Parts: sequence; structure tokens; C-alpha cells
Amino acid sequence: MIHAVVQLAYIVATALFVFALHWMNDPKTARRGVHAGIGAMVLAVLATWGLPEVVHHGLIVGAIALGFVVGVPLSRVPLTAVPQRTALSHAFGGLAAGLVGTAKYYLWLGEGSENLTAFRMVAIIAEVILGYLTFTGSLMAAGKLQELKLIPQRPVTYPFQNVINIGLLALAAVLGVALVLEPSAPWAPMVFPAIIGLALLFGVLLIIPIGGADMPTVIAILNSYAGLSAVAMGFVLDNKLLITAGALDGSSGLILSIVMCRAMNRSFANVLFGAFGQVQQQKALTEQKSYKPETPEGAAQVLEQANLVVIIPGYGMAVAQAQHKVRELYDQLKKRGITVKFAIHPVAGRMPGHMNVLLAEADIPYTDLVEMDEINPDMPQCDIALVVGANDVVNPAARSDKSSPIYGMPIIDADKARTVFAIKRSKNPGFAGIDNELYFADHTWMLFGDAKNVVGELVKQLSGGSGLH
Amino acid sequence: MSVIESSLVATLVGAAVRGQEPATPGSGGLDYWSMLTVFLLASFIGIGVIRRVSRLLHTPLMSITNAISAIAVVGSIIVTGADYPPTIRIMGAVALFASMTNIVSGFMITDRMLKMFKTDAKRPEGERQ
Repeated sequence: MIHAVVQLAYIVATALFVFALHWMNDPKTARRGVHAGIGAMVLAVLATWGLPEVVHHGLIVGAIALGFVVGVPLSRVPLTAVPQRTALSHAFGGLAAGLVGTAKYYLWLGEGSENLTAFRMVAIIAEVILGYLTFTGSLMAAGKLQELKLIPQRPVTYPFQNVINIGLLALAAVLGVALVLEPSAPWAPMVFPAIIGLALLFGVLLIIPIGGADMPTVIAILNSYAGLSAVAMGFVLDNKLLITAGALDGSSGLILSIVMCRAMNRSFANVLFGAFGQVQQQKALTEQKSYKPETPEGAAQVLEQANLVVIIPGYGMAVAQAQHKVRELYDQLKKRGITVKFAIHPVAGRMPGHMNVLLAEADIPYTDLVEMDEINPDMPQCDIALVVGANDVVNPAARSDKSSPIYGMPIIDADKARTVFAIKRSKNPGFAGIDNELYFADHTWMLFGDAKNVVGELVKQLSGGSGLH
Repeated sequence: MSVIESSLVATLVGAAVRGQEPATPGSGGLDYWSMLTVFLLASFIGIGVIRRVSRLLHTPLMSITNAISAIAVVGSIIVTGADYPPTIRIMGAVALFASMTNIVSGFMITDRMLKMFKTDAKRPEGERQ
């Protein structure tokens, strides 16, 4: 009887999870999706807790309480730190899957080998490898995003890197196959930790050659792995709710990875094994061209005359926390009857959708946030393109220069605007280390400085001209 | 949801219920064909539903799927609470802590972000142009 009630609760939770994601298709219904998700999760937790085999409650209460203690502050991080938080939560997801797989293996090994069927062993090995590699890989990604001193930001490469990485994974897989064939052999309790160790190591080595500009794709792929490790746990525990919810997460990660890869015109394999960093260091050594600097006063005067201004934000806006100043600029321009749109490149920032969240935080209506494909046809009518801390996503070399590492990547056509103002922190090349022709074009003027200060200066000029408001 | 997805959900629920019937003999008590069916159908539903998620919301999407994949909490509760050796239960407790952290922070930050998405009409009076 109680099992039937639990199964019914799981089925309702499954349906609620599907609806939760369905409601995410529109900002108007999205919060309903969160409530559906919370409802489903509470139902699943209570139903499981009510199972007759759950007899000890102290540890459960303690772990759940601690989860709240850590989870609540993690949900209050500044929005610029959301990519790190997301990576960290992938790490937690991977760890949970890895630990449950490990616990189940040793439990069944102790209770008798007849429990360790081939199907279960395949599922356990998959769960453990995916879980632990997601754990260390995501920790590394979080460290890189947080710019920890311990973890190098630039891609780390060494000879035979890919051969070594693939070799490690292959070795783990071979050991896994051996365990599937002989799950309770005398050597099995020693081989199992070896698989764990290899998966942990592989996760680290997988991420260190990947640079910051590729982080949106990497986070999406790790999201997918975290989901798949939950699916594997579902196979191990014979639990269809785990399989369904894990598959929803896995497919979400998959779709986001595809979107990110398309937005960079690269393949999965190229992101993971391409060691993006190497090529660009040589590219940065091209001959010195000269920039045309402009003052905020001059730029403000030109902005006032415009009809259509397109602002193109990038990671530089996030770093400088400039989104609130950008909003003031938006208000100033709107007040003059100027149309202002934001052009959002799919890989701008450090995770999918990063710019949208930052601009929404600054109270900019989401109806003015326009995707790359929709804004590009309008760019020739645009009077001013204002680039705020974006670089590679507006680099025309992606269209024309076959030797450029970003050749073929779709870009926002900022160069087609009548006038371009680019705010840039320094005269150094951007994160990918590639020179940007846009900055040297005849109709481009540079505003050097911290994005927040420069935009603040522009706002001051504009508000000064029209008196107090 | 489209007709196709609704029927997929119906089939999925059907498969889940069917899975509760006694498994075929010799499968070690596990009906893994129905589990694989559930996985396949759920993946199709996931892809169908998530393809239509607005690109505006890709960051909240990622944080809500984080929270949803913390459904690993179900496995963690069983391992922590059942009558198992203490080392096993402690592993379960760590997994439970990790999953619970994801659930709490995932849903809370998703809601926090979604609250920020407003249309112009919803901005406070006087701030509009």
C-alpha cells in the first residue's frame, strides 16, 4: 500500500517536473515553473522519507538542515557570480551521484554478489565515472570562473594532452568492464577505488586546457553530465523518477551545449579537445595599428543625435558591474525619444543567457533584449553601436579572416552601424587574445576605461545637458 | 504542450506504472527494458520542451535544471536512512547534503532571477520615459 502511494507521488512529481520546464518557455509563466518544481521536489522527498525501509532519521535531518545552511547563501550570490555558482552546483550533483553509486556497490558487495547483476554493474560504473568526473571538472570550472589564484585562467596545455586524457578515460572504462564481468572478484574492492581515482583525475585534466571564452559550452556540457549521472543512479536504484528528472536535465544540457557550439561555429570535440588557447598567442603579434580615442563628452553629443542605438554587452560589463550604469544610460537615451536595443550574442558572458540576467537585474525590460539573429538585419539602420566590454562577438575577422581562430563564428554586425563606440578596459586584446579589426575601422571611436566609469561619464554628460531630472 | 508531447507524457506514465508489475523472470528482479523505455521517452520530452525555452531565460533554465537533477536526493535519503552499515550511511548523508544544497540554492536563485524579468509596463511609475 505505502509503496503504491509512493509510486503515485513519484508519477505526479514526474509530470510536475515536465510542466516546470514547459513553463520556462515564457518569462510570464516561468515563475509558475519554479513553483511546480518545488512542489514536485517536496513531494518526492516526503514520499521517499515515508518509505518503510527508511528507519534512521537523525542523519537525514542533519544533512537536510546543513543543505539549507549552505544552499541559502549560495542562492544570494551577486548575479555576476552565477556562472561559478552553477558550476559549483554541478559539482555537488556529480558528487551526490558518485557517492550513492559507491555506497550501493559496497553495500551489495557485502550482502552477496547475486545483487551485482551485469545491468546494475554497468549502471554503477557509469554513475561513478560520470559523477566523479563531473565533480572535479565542475570544481575546476568554478575555480576558473571565480578566478582563484590556484587555478590558471589561461588554457594549460602540454604534449600528448589529448592522448593522455583519452587514455585515462579508456583505462577507467576497461577497469569498469572487468568489474562488470567479475563484480565480486577478490581484486574488485581495489579496482573500484582505482576507477574513482581515474574519473576524478580525468575531470581535472579535461577542464585545465579550456579557456574562459569556452566556459559557456563547458558549463552546458557539465550540466548534461550531471543529469546523466542522475539517470545512471535511477538505473542502479530502479527508480523511474530519477531516470526521468535526470533525462530532463541531461537533455537541457545537451540543447544548451548545441546552442553554444553553434554560436561559436565549433564542435563539441573541438571545445573539449581543441586547446583554444594555443593558436591565439601567435595571432596577437600582428603589427601595431592605431586606435582613434574619443572622450565621453564627444560621444555623448553624438549619442544625443541618434535615432537608433544598439548596445552590445559582453563579459567586460559583468566584470565592471556596469549593468546599473548602462540602465541609467538607457533611461537617458529613452527620455530623448531615442530607440535603444540590446544585442545579445548567445556566448556573451560566461554562461548561456548571462547578459540577459544581468540586464534584467538592472530593470531593463526584457522586450528590449534582442537576439543576434534578430538584430543583425537592423544593424545597417543603426546610428550608433555601443560596445560595452564585448570583443570577440563583434570581431569582423570571424566573417572575413580565414586564418583567425574565430573564423566562421556568427557575430553581431556592429561594424555595419554608422558609428561605433567601443568601451574597452585596456589596449590589450580580449580574452581570446585576438586583435579586433572593428577597433581600427574608420567609423569606430574608442572609449578607454572601466566600463562602469565610462558609462557613468556618458550618463553625467547626458543628464548635465538636460538639467536635473 | 503539443499533442506529441502530451502523448509521450501519457506513454511515460504508462511505462512507469507498468514497471511496478512483477518483472520478467531471470532479470534479477529488475525490469530494465521499461527503465530504458522511460529514459528514452523522457529524453525526447526533455528535448521537445527545452527547445522552446526562451533564450532570454537560459541562465534560469540552467539553475532550475540543477535543482531538478538534485532529485538524486531520493537515492540519498534511502542510503542515509536505511538500516545499512555506518560508513555507507555517512556517504549517503554527504550525498544528501550535496543534493539538498542544490535543491535549495537552485530553486531560490531561479526564482530570484525570474523576478527580475519585467516588461516596460511593469517598471515602477515615474521611471519610465
